[in-house]
Amino acid sequence: MCIRKLKESVIEFFIKISGFIIILFVFLIFLFLLKDTVLLFKDFTFKEFIFGKRWLPISEPPHFGIIPLLLGSLYVTFFATIICVPVGIASALFIAEIAPKFLRNILKSFIEILASIPSVVLGFIGIVWLGPFLKDTLKLNTGMCGLTGSFLLAFMSLPTIISISEDAIISVPKSFKEAAFGLGATRWQTLWRVVLPSASSGIIAAIMLGIDRVIGETMVVMMVTGNAPLVPKSILQPLRTLTATIAGEMGEAISGSEHYFALFAVGLILFIITFIINFLSVLLLNRSKK
Amino acid sequence: MAEVIIKTFNLNVYFGKQHILKNINLEIYKNEILGIIGPANSGKTTFLKALNRLNYLFKDYYQEGEIFFAEKNIKYISDNLLRKKIGIIFALPQVLPITIYENIAYGPKMHGIKNKDTLDSIVEKALRKAYLWEEVKDRLNTLATKLSGGQQQRLCIARTLAVEPEVILYDEPCSGLDPISTQKIEEAMHELKNNYTQILVTNNTKQAARATERCAFMLMGELVEIDRTAIIFTSPKDKRTDEYVRGVFG
Repeated sequence: MCIRKLKESVIEFFIKISGFIIILFVFLIFLFLLKDTVLLFKDFTFKEFIFGKRWLPISEPPHFGIIPLLLGSLYVTFFATIICVPVGIASALFIAEIAPKFLRNILKSFIEILASIPSVVLGFIGIVWLGPFLKDTLKLNTGMCGLTGSFLLAFMSLPTIISISEDAIISVPKSFKEAAFGLGATRWQTLWRVVLPSASSGIIAAIMLGIDRVIGETMVVMMVTGNAPLVPKSILQPLRTLTATIAGEMGEAISGSEHYFALFAVGLILFIITFIINFLSVLLLNRSKK
Repeated sequence: MAEVIIKTFNLNVYFGKQHILKNINLEIYKNEILGIIGPANSGKTTFLKALNRLNYLFKDYYQEGEIFFAEKNIKYISDNLLRKKIGIIFALPQVLPITIYENIAYGPKMHGIKNKDTLDSIVEKALRKAYLWEEVKDRLNTLATKLSGGQQQRLCIARTLAVEPEVILYDEPCSGLDPISTQKIEEAMHELKNNYTQILVTNNTKQAARATERCAFMLMGELVEIDRTAIIFTSPKDKRTDEYVRGVFG
């Protein structure tokens, strides 16, 4: 009896520890980023970092203004979202409500395959095909621009958005639909006025997670957006995102230099942005469960 | 003889290979309250949902035979119009997670009424007819899901009334309700009698005896007997009906 009790408490202890370790990791990562970020501001002001419009890490004196990178990320994310949200929700609706069963299974497995395509491969497609294509059709100076990145990122975030929204749509109680049909609603009216609003929190969470994916993505944007750390005037210009900056420059930055710390600061900003988006999506998901 | 509003002719209904309704021939008169009683799985709900074609939401459903509504075969009436004319109240109140007002305005809006004043008056009228107005008039803009079970069910009745049906189907409307709420719903049904044809499916034979004028007894997908409620409950022709209403089985 006593041994059984001991066994129970040991198991319980391990489960508890595993749970806490996750929190600890997130917290440690935050501290780790913060520790090196703070060192940047020994001889560089916070204001220059946040509001600076120039990112010139190896000029003399160096400039570490995050605005061009931040705008680069926001531009790409914004346009990717505009592209992927309508497409994602529409296909989720199609899969959940309209498609016959066999088509639904086929579509779902293809979406899984889509999710598993390595981002480098998408980057290739961007360089070899999409970039030149956009350049020719839109008469641009270069195809390596924000829009190319947006398209590819939209493509990458589609599986996330589709599968989570589809879950949300499927979990709308059947009784809601029956009630709407019972009042004489057409299929479209039922979808639009009852199913979508009822699933809205889940769908919004799906969008948030999709945006998370877009902001955090590195390889594709590094390959196709042109990597010019300038304040972008439009989405059709080369630009550079937060993630691509860290990945591209970390190798060259001397450990312990200002440049090195500045990259940590960029990482911290990225961390904070994704944290906020994640937090919001969790909030919304919880609301939808009630 | 009263005017016939719904008539089924050799109605046979299947879910996949299961034969649910067997040769139902039934006439429903205008402005009557018809009760349908019978043990579970005898096809009562299926029969109701056949009348406004809600069964077609299930993929493996098919039916044979004809159903006539106001002398017109329902095959030739569009789903939306049919379901507007023949409203249904489900066993569990199915309020939508929106406000009380929106729940009721939802139907009329969908059928094209946009004027705010018209909607307001429709909502009030419907709520009054369903005996709910006094209880909710001060909080029309709160979530309908916050109402009690009985209120929700009356809200569903109001919502159905708001699209101006001619027939109201009740699918065990009181199965989840307390006696007081049940009584209120029966009162509402009684008031509605003058303007609507009502069909009440119920497991509660006492309710059928109280609230209906004619009563049909169904067993295993067959219509065993239909007659005036008083006769069904006192001197039915079929032995099975007699046993059921006396509580021998079921």
